[in-house]
Amino acid sequence: MGLLSDPNRRRALIGMLTRLNAPICMICYMAGVAWFMGLAFEPFTLRTYMSENAMGSTMVEERFPAGERALATGREFAAHKKKTGGMPVDWLVRTMQARGLEVYTQRFSRKLPFPDEDKERYMVKGTNVYGILRAPRAPRTEALVLSAPCSPGNENNQAVGILLGLAQYFRSQIYWAKDIIFLVNEHDLIGMQAWLEGYHHTNTTGMDWSPLQGRGGSIQAALSLELSSDVVTSLDLVLEGLNGQLPNLDLANLFYAFCQKIGVLCTTQGKLPRNDWDTTSGYSHAVQTMMLMVLKQASSRPWGDHGLFLRYHIEAASIKGVNSFRPYKTDATTVGRLLEGMYRKLNNLLERLHQSYFFYLMPSLTRFVSIGYYMPAFGLLALILLLRALDLWVQLSSPPTRTTEDGVEVVPASPGVLSILTPLVISHLTGVALYTLPVLSQELAVEHFPVSETEAVVLTAIAIYTGGTRSHDTHRLLAGEGTEQGWKVLKLVAVLYLAVLLGCTALINFSLGFILALTLVPLAAFITPHVPKTLSAVVMVILSPGLTLLFAVFFFQELQETPVTLQEGWMLYLSVISQGILDHALYGSLLYPLAALLVYPCWLLFWNILFWK
Amino acid sequence: MAAPLALLLIVAVTIRAALFRTSLANLISERVEVVSPLNAWKRVVEGLALLDLDISPYSGDVFHETPMVIYLFHFLMDYAEITFMGAGVKFSSLHLVSQFRKQKFALEADRIPMDCLELIRSPTEMYYIPLKVAMFYLLNPFTIVSCVAKCTCGLNNAVIALFILSTMRGSALLSAIFLALATYQSIYPLTLCVPALLYLLQRLYIPVNVRRSSFWFYTLQYLFMFLGSLLVLICLSFFLLGSWDFLPAVYGFILSVPDLTPNIGLFWYFFAEMFDHFRLFFLCVFQINVFFYTLPLSIKLKEHPVFLIFMQIALIAIFKSYPTVGDLSLYMAFLPVWNHLYRFLRNIFLVSCVLLACSALFPVLWHLWIYAGSANSNFYYAITLLFSVAQILLVSDYFYAFLRREHHLTNGLYLKKKDGSEATLVLK
Repeated sequence: MGLLSDPNRRRALIGMLTRLNAPICMICYMAGVAWFMGLAFEPFTLRTYMSENAMGSTMVEERFPAGERALATGREFAAHKKKTGGMPVDWLVRTMQARGLEVYTQRFSRKLPFPDEDKERYMVKGTNVYGILRAPRAPRTEALVLSAPCSPGNENNQAVGILLGLAQYFRSQIYWAKDIIFLVNEHDLIGMQAWLEGYHHTNTTGMDWSPLQGRGGSIQAALSLELSSDVVTSLDLVLEGLNGQLPNLDLANLFYAFCQKIGVLCTTQGKLPRNDWDTTSGYSHAVQTMMLMVLKQASSRPWGDHGLFLRYHIEAASIKGVNSFRPYKTDATTVGRLLEGMYRKLNNLLERLHQSYFFYLMPSLTRFVSIGYYMPAFGLLALILLLRALDLWVQLSSPPTRTTEDGVEVVPASPGVLSILTPLVISHLTGVALYTLPVLSQELAVEHFPVSETEAVVLTAIAIYTGGTRSHDTHRLLAGEGTEQGWKVLKLVAVLYLAVLLGCTALINFSLGFILALTLVPLAAFITPHVPKTLSAVVMVILSPGLTLLFAVFFFQELQETPVTLQEGWMLYLSVISQGILDHALYGSLLYPLAALLVYPCWLLFWNILFWK
Repeated sequence: MAAPLALLLIVAVTIRAALFRTSLANLISERVEVVSPLNAWKRVVEGLALLDLDISPYSGDVFHETPMVIYLFHFLMDYAEITFMGAGVKFSSLHLVSQFRKQKFALEADRIPMDCLELIRSPTEMYYIPLKVAMFYLLNPFTIVSCVAKCTCGLNNAVIALFILSTMRGSALLSAIFLALATYQSIYPLTLCVPALLYLLQRLYIPVNVRRSSFWFYTLQYLFMFLGSLLVLICLSFFLLGSWDFLPAVYGFILSVPDLTPNIGLFWYFFAEMFDHFRLFFLCVFQINVFFYTLPLSIKLKEHPVFLIFMQIALIAIFKSYPTVGDLSLYMAFLPVWNHLYRFLRNIFLVSCVLLACSALFPVLWHLWIYAGSANSNFYYAITLLFSVAQILLVSDYFYAFLRREHHLTNGLYLKKKDGSEATLVLK
């Protein structure tokens, strides 16, 4: 406690922190970025290992034989799907019943706030079909879910085929201690949302659905299967769920363990694990994999049908079959065996998956970085904000007394509350406008401009976003001239605000917090009214949250090895914005309200400081 | 003075009324930081329902309010927003509290070295203190959420404020009655007995001296009034309910901490982890924290009973078994009274940053723990711990600043060493 009580040492420490503030901040920033990049370096990461006892030592045998039959069922399903032009409900019910399941259907309908142009849907009506295989070995208090989407066109027919094949095979086994629910959901996530809400008796998004007639126990784990070809070269594991939530790492470990056992190529983010970490290409491969995960997690949207399970505290992942030009192929029987093995292990669970990590990043499927390792990267960036705040505090608490010609000392007047409060209130009102107006004013926009509803929403959002930058001298609105002290107080408030905001965001969704910190922290650190206006304004706009999103879109495409031209990138950017708004309305993703109501107003505060007069 | 006060009142009432009408009110009243098992409105409603069915409200393990409160709400059920009024009452009383300081400083001004004049508050500053106190209480976000959640700790705060007011006014009987009410509500205000007594003695110019009979006479008189009214309250409760059920359900509940719902205090995590055979010992250790500091503090602050009251209230809010943010707001409302200590505070920046960050992190970590299931109780408790440390730092900082100011008042503001260089004060 010497530091807290001894005034001399305190003064020395504070003196050092204020004198060396800028260099320390620079070092922190670079150290933070370097730390983050170091996370992908293999010697700094841990090898994944199975933590859950119930799944680790127990041996299971996989005997699923009927891959070909499953594919035939898949083809039959495809034919019926084509005939009915949607979900072949009757056929599915009959087929599932023939396989000895308890079959139920659920109807749902949802009107989107505005048309979704990517998936071409507005008024959505659909039916989920699910069959429950009751556990013969235990009281039916727990359940597992296997789901496959019924997608338009020729997608995912094989997934439904394998699902039905597995249902038939599982029915004949006696070792199940948990109910197994086989779910075919229509309209991907919307159907999944309806089913989950129905299952848990909640209604968070105002969707219409008919109540479920049959239920299993509480769901312990879920897998969602996406498969569109008869043979696959590799299986891809998708973990990122709603709001950047991840399932327990043991689920990924389980998948990896079985892929190894059965000999299937497995990937995450579409990237194979590599062993050459000491070469540049090996390291950059790991960085790419990790960056893809970071970007996907930061987007806060579910990247597969599993993404909504996580909200209900159910560990879930999507498994996607990839068929590329590699010579080595895996057939449907092997995929079935893999799933059988995973379900048998999950069947052995005595309690929910909780032993392993929930906060992690994966630079490859075999390596992970836990929260203790990645948080310092963010901590170093957040430290900059605290240092700047301390610096401002010291400056404010010992105001430089100016001596006038008469030798009278003039202490600068403390700033009025109004000059601080006005920018705060106005920037938040702009944020509220950005949050509410795009969806509310779409009809008006469509009437007056030659645009579709979706374009109207996105363009209104962009217009409000850019329009908000006009409010750059709000402090003068009520309080008159701003003082030197005034902007310092405002900046202190803004810096602390940003620090708390980013800290909370990083705890819930590390990737989002880190990306925002990467762009907003330098801006928060250097902005004063005395830096060159035009140049700083350009830098500020480049580092603003909106443009960060644009860069992220390009970067993501680059990482996925599908680079886009400027034109395509812009169109993609527009669709990403509309998807973000839709995700919020449909599933309750938090990114859009967070950005509109908190991050953007915070950025506007710094914008105000830059134009302080 | 009246106009800004009225304006403030209107603003405060508007904010609360607006929040009552939104869906936020439901959300807030479920937050563990805002309501505790002791004072949740939901539990009061439950107790009332039991009472209406002629079942003892204390049967079962839901209701832990005192019988007086339940009968109070029994008659006022239609005005569910009574807590609201509690805040109003409190406000009007609190703003009067600090008026006493005026006379005190007039006295002090005669006997201090000349260079300390800048330490003395000018009458204009004094003039606005009641307003500031009212503002700190009424516009404090903690008070607002606590009021919107209809947390009954607003009533407790009002009683304590009335106690302080009547003490400042020098009315020993009223002071004793309100203190008895506060103690009856939640045991802990018992420790406020000492500062109140010290203040009343000081006011009557009776020196604190064990050999003087006048001291003993007055002390016994005050204690008699206090214990007498406490006894009357407890007997009244007995006659209202016709049973002694409430004693274990209220005071046993407070002292033995059976409900380990997470809150912003220090108890829940510790006792959830504890082996049962250590429980009693650590219960005593934890509970003694509230009462233990009374003695040393009252010896040190014998001359300054008002500051002692502040310290005690803060210690109660930190160390009590089921603290809520409403308790915090009570002692925070007193901070403007000590704004002359501001220049001696050392860690105020650190403390306010930590308090701010913690207040934001509570709901986030709660979400991660309970809803997302990805974090666990350790995360939440870490923040609880940090929050308590920040509060303790705040209180000790004010204590240090107070002592330092006293030191400067007697020794002069600009201390010189023997060789003439500037001296610094070091706390070791």
